[in-house]
Amino acid sequence: MTEKKVKATLLDAEDFERTLSQLAHEIKERHESLEQLAIIGIRTRGEFIGRRIADLLAGLDGNEIKFGTVDVTFYRDDFRTHLPSPEIGPTNIPFGVDNLQIVLVDDVLYTGRTVRAAINSIMDFGRPAAIELAVLVDRGHRELPIRADYLGRNLPTASNEHIHVHVVEVDGVDEVLLLDYGQ
Amino acid sequence: MRTPAISLTNLIGLEGVSRSDIQTLLDTGFYFRDVLDRPIKKVPILTGINVVNLFFESSTRTRISFELAEKRLSADVVNFSGAASSLSKGEGLKDTVRNIHAMKMDAVVMRHPAPGAALQLSRFVDAVVINAGDGTHEHPTQGLLDMMSIREKFGRIKGLKIGIIGDIAHSRVALSNIFGLNTMGAQVTVCGPGHLIPPFIEELGVTVNGDVDAVLEWADAVNVLRIQRERMGVGIIPSVREYRNRFGLTVERLARHKKEIVILHPGPMNRGVEIDSDVADGDQAIILDQVLNGVAVRMSVLFHLLGARGSLEEA
Repeated sequence: MTEKKVKATLLDAEDFERTLSQLAHEIKERHESLEQLAIIGIRTRGEFIGRRIADLLAGLDGNEIKFGTVDVTFYRDDFRTHLPSPEIGPTNIPFGVDNLQIVLVDDVLYTGRTVRAAINSIMDFGRPAAIELAVLVDRGHRELPIRADYLGRNLPTASNEHIHVHVVEVDGVDEVLLLDYGQ
Repeated sequence: MRTPAISLTNLIGLEGVSRSDIQTLLDTGFYFRDVLDRPIKKVPILTGINVVNLFFESSTRTRISFELAEKRLSADVVNFSGAASSLSKGEGLKDTVRNIHAMKMDAVVMRHPAPGAALQLSRFVDAVVINAGDGTHEHPTQGLLDMMSIREKFGRIKGLKIGIIGDIAHSRVALSNIFGLNTMGAQVTVCGPGHLIPPFIEELGVTVNGDVDAVLEWADAVNVLRIQRERMGVGIIPSVREYRNRFGLTVERLARHKKEIVILHPGPMNRGVEIDSDVADGDQAIILDQVLNGVAVRMSVLFHLLGARGSLEEA
């Protein structure tokens, strides 16, 4: 295993909070009514970021926002070449998705394959009116025609660099780090 | 390289399978249970994977359960059923191996009347081998689905007292249950006619008690085995009535015990012999949960065994 080195802190706790708030405002701006809106976070980090965006939206709107989580393990396309994640988690969508405006939330947008898997998974629950995508960070290197509708930060990276998103709920701190994986 | 979720490469039996592997298979089984409750009860994860179900012995529910599990995972399924050929077992298996190689199968689910058949097959094929019952040896997915149903009911397996009642000597279900439950920290007592309890079975870490009422008094749950009618009247079990009187889970017998006892049965049931109809259909029985959990836990087994393959050379 190559040595991982932290090269830079791209977002600190304050930037992180501000970015989430910006995403929530953009989502609210684009939707007349939040009644038909649902936030679905992609496990694991997207779940926490999605939960917070849903809470921020609820604060702006004064009403509860529908919230669910999706685990994409059973929808991955690299099953035969990579090991399945040992940490499978629950998919929990406690509402019918038919005719809803769904906003998928993830921490980092990279190849786009996770988002593709999440879209397929949601489609198996019904037929939403639309699915949009909100991400905290876009690091580039897309392999599928997918883009974010709501983007926190655009942070182009080299292929030997990685972006790690830490959230208070799991890691005890909100931050986005740029890591160097060496050659 | 990431750590594989489980260390198994085939599933021949639950003997020697680690606690953490069983834990993972059951945990994932519950996630597949959720999938079975969705509007579309299917996920694409095994797309392009070929599975053959080889049944050399008659089976309805196990075969259907495996087939459903495979289809719910989007695998391509081929079924082969038939009684064991008149050829000697060794030669029959050899033919099977040749066929599997020719068909380019990724996994083989096999039921065979000869104990050890699945292990033997796994030595000759590259495909993943899953034992769906080999004679009187093991039936590991039945053991897993029983444990999953127990865990669903009690929230745990460790520390529970489980009775297994019936023909222990000829039961692959009993053996897989004993291995699995012991590994997971449950206490097991076996109960049945004396000559159907194998000598030295205590060596496997179980207690023997011939008094079914005492076992019911002690147990949190009992797994009631099917009495194979083909063994009746040939000197093994004298009569249906005698068996029912001494070991049957009758309404009257259960009524004598004040506490709630969870009842499992691997099916197919002989209603009125080892279990009364009213007991089998009653609140204490979780027999239909077992059927659903069977599909889910078989999905879990296929998912983990097939997922770890092809990744071995992965850097």
